[in-house]
Amino acid sequence: MDAQLPALVIVVPLLAALLVPLAGRRAAWGLVALALLLAFAGCVRLLVRAHALPEGEAIRYALGGWAAPVGIEYVVDRLNALVLTMLSGVAFLVALWMRRSTAREIRPPAVTGYYSVFLLMAAGLMGITITGDVFNLYVFLEIASITAYVLIAMGRRRQALYAGYSYLILGSLGATFILLGIGHLYMATGTLAMADIAAVFAREPQLYDSSVIRTAFAFFTVGLALKMALFPLHGWQPGAYAEAPSATSVFLAATATKVSAYALYRVAFTVFGVRFLETGLPVVRDALLVMACSAIVVGPLLAIRQHDLKRLLAYSSVGQIGYVVLGLALHNADGLTGSFLHFWNHAAAKGALFCVAGALAYRAGTTQVAALKGLGRRAPLTAMLLTVAACSMVGVPLTAGFLTKWYLARGALEAGQWAVIPVLLASSLFTAVYAWRLLQLAWFADEDGPVAEDVPWSMRAPSLVLGAACLVLGVAPLALPVAQAAAEALL
Amino acid sequence: MRSTDSLIVRYIARRSVPFIQLYALYVLGHGEDGPGGGFQGGVIFASSFVLLGLANGWGYGRRAAPARLLDPLLPLGCLIYLGIGLAALLAGGAFLEYGALAGSDDPEVRRHWHHYGLIGIEVGVMVTVSAAMATLFFEMARPARVQARVDRVGEEADRA
Repeated sequence: MDAQLPALVIVVPLLAALLVPLAGRRAAWGLVALALLLAFAGCVRLLVRAHALPEGEAIRYALGGWAAPVGIEYVVDRLNALVLTMLSGVAFLVALWMRRSTAREIRPPAVTGYYSVFLLMAAGLMGITITGDVFNLYVFLEIASITAYVLIAMGRRRQALYAGYSYLILGSLGATFILLGIGHLYMATGTLAMADIAAVFAREPQLYDSSVIRTAFAFFTVGLALKMALFPLHGWQPGAYAEAPSATSVFLAATATKVSAYALYRVAFTVFGVRFLETGLPVVRDALLVMACSAIVVGPLLAIRQHDLKRLLAYSSVGQIGYVVLGLALHNADGLTGSFLHFWNHAAAKGALFCVAGALAYRAGTTQVAALKGLGRRAPLTAMLLTVAACSMVGVPLTAGFLTKWYLARGALEAGQWAVIPVLLASSLFTAVYAWRLLQLAWFADEDGPVAEDVPWSMRAPSLVLGAACLVLGVAPLALPVAQAAAEALL
Repeated sequence: MRSTDSLIVRYIARRSVPFIQLYALYVLGHGEDGPGGGFQGGVIFASSFVLLGLANGWGYGRRAAPARLLDPLLPLGCLIYLGIGLAALLAGGAFLEYGALAGSDDPEVRRHWHHYGLIGIEVGVMVTVSAAMATLFFEMARPARVQARVDRVGEEADRA
């Protein structure tokens, strides 16, 4: 069975997604949780196996027994094993968390459908991450996008329909750009398997000067930047996160945009190659650096003036994706390590924060920031969770967020990009401003808000695991060697 | 959508259904070594219900392809596909490596099983595609009075 794991981690959630509508309402939630637990266990096993391999090698799985480049190949190396573990872990925790929340926020007849689509989206995101074929990547991207539109549009208010629709328009635009990029690549190289395209580039380096290849890379960059809501292409994100049902917000915010960022890493480093970034189209690298830095500053700045907690967190996500992209723009070992750490760190912190927003929606029926008043007295554990996750967002030492910023700063110095340091500091300052506003309301407000008691343990426990991860990842040397190995493998 | 006034159109449409469906199966069978396959066959199969709906009215067509039949068929087709893929995996091959279903190393036997597996997944594709196409048509063409009833039931469910 061990040899079949790369296929099984995708097939099991996919299979469960199809069984859920047939299983009926009672068995549905158990099936979701079980499938995602199995997928998570499989991904952890893959992570361990990928690290046991010698450097430069990967676990390869040929679907249907057709070897690449003819068939589709799943490839697990150190980088995507890290992302897969994050994805399946968060998906499992959200599955545990969402039972009570969806029961309140989704119409009862639609709940099984919601679970089914949720699993499909998890399978789609994991498929994007695991595949070694650019066209297969596009197919999984469409699966993950279409399901995301549905999951957003199922929000309680009518505005959710509009939010889902505007994401649909912009997301389809992004997907089309990616497809055009794939088309250009195929036209120039005649193959779709990532390893095979890279081999063509190694054989014919003059291709780097071809305008077809440059256009392809530009299409990939713009398309994926739209999908990952990289400033200034973030227009769809605040509405989508704010109007979606709480469980969707937690899962989307913790995983979805990062998977697009991973896809950009994969395309840039594995398909086009490091040399292309350095010599082929340096202007894209500079553009990404500028976009990432402006995202890092503008995101938290916009978040400060929001009154809705979910919208505030969405704008903070606009800033956080900048950290994930910054490593690509710096492209040295420390910068990449910082960005790869952020795959886990941000998933834990933002997942935890959206769980707090979900808890507000569950207990108070609103996600207004003002509803946080008195949270520390009425729901101390959830308030603690808010505190820890907010500290991690700011980058307080001993939390996970600090490690990200530390390594990104080191990477920036190494690359001679001094301007990045004040950007990082300013961003931490702005983040501290909105984080302090939340904490001040939660702990020091005089009167009590609408939250009467803490959420049930079935919601509290999974969210506390995310909060604990913010601390553990910051202190224990768990993620660091994994991220460093992934960074070294890429360069 | 109302039925047409022409008796001839209504009658011909009804009588065409078995031929359209037979042709769909023919297209399905050819997917392996010629133009055609599960997707095309599925669309043609669903078109027979669309024709019924267009000629004889929405209700007539929907009764021939009711939601309680189509809804389980939607995931079932995918399940056939995945099931065959998993069966190959359990038989010792890779996911979707149909040849492994043979359970023997004889290349001739493996080749046969490869074809069986291929036809099997095409059947799965056909089931899902035809159910999805018919569902899309009937849901979008739903007449206003039926829609009103569905909305009422939904609102009652919301209140409950």
